[in-house]
Amino acid sequence: MKAAVVVFPGSNRESDMARALTQATGRPPAMLWHADHELPAGTDLVVLPGGFSYGDYLRCGAIAGRAAIMDAVRAHAARGGLVLGVCNGFQILCESGLLPGVLMRNANLRFVCRMQHLKVERNDTAFTRQYTKGQTIEVCIAHGEGNYEADDATIERLEGEGLVAFRYCDSAGAVGGESNPNGSRNDIAGIYSDKRNVLGLMPHPENLIDPLVGGTDGRRLFESLASAA
Amino acid sequence: MKARVVVTLKSGVLDPQGKAIEGALKSLGVEGVASVRQGKVFDVELAGADANAAKAQLQAACEKLLANTVIENYQIDL
Repeated sequence: MKAAVVVFPGSNRESDMARALTQATGRPPAMLWHADHELPAGTDLVVLPGGFSYGDYLRCGAIAGRAAIMDAVRAHAARGGLVLGVCNGFQILCESGLLPGVLMRNANLRFVCRMQHLKVERNDTAFTRQYTKGQTIEVCIAHGEGNYEADDATIERLEGEGLVAFRYCDSAGAVGGESNPNGSRNDIAGIYSDKRNVLGLMPHPENLIDPLVGGTDGRRLFESLASAA
Repeated sequence: MKARVVVTLKSGVLDPQGKAIEGALKSLGVEGVASVRQGKVFDVELAGADANAAKAQLQAACEKLLANTVIENYQIDL
């Protein structure tokens, strides 16, 4: 598994992401700059990390979504290559057209930073094969714009084609209600592209890979990816 | 040539910022406010003098960057 992490001006989770990828794959990922035009030869996985690219100017992820490197990321995804976007990375994937919909301001207007349970919707993808279907995992969230919105037809398609990756739930696995931190439609925390080779999610699995910092439920996502290629 | 582009949320899209502003106006005692929707204004200076070309350029700017047409509408004033 050859991974590459794209760093934009204002990214701040790239080191955490690199640590998680190194732990799972046994080698450090290539670190790419937003102004680069191509991916290193043989790249299996491109990761867009969290942060505040371009200071969230215009809209979250809007300017990063149109950066030079994104043409190469789009081409990689079109070839069936794996792409993971976390938090601001998810916002960038939506703004770049790699995933449908948009992440809006949290419905309660608050920046939410806390531990969060998620339900794993399916475990037959490159990202989740080390989890079990319907498993409840605990990771963390830290965002002010994670309120996933799309038009009704898109939501229907995501649901109908099994493209919802994770949903917000409580510790017992009950989806929605108080456990939805941001007002996201259908309690969506993450979605796949049509071919399930692109995943965007608001929570941070890369921060839950070491018992020292509160848990290891995020580790299996990276182990799934490591075994995927 | 100067142009103004106004980007607003489509109707039906929840606007929590507008709601918060609406609440603040009410708490300030500003009367008669039924609702507030927040948008963005871009003042753009264009090099050319041809209005039709300018309109086309601004339309491209809106579609490519200034508006997210999933949730936003835009209006171009020349």
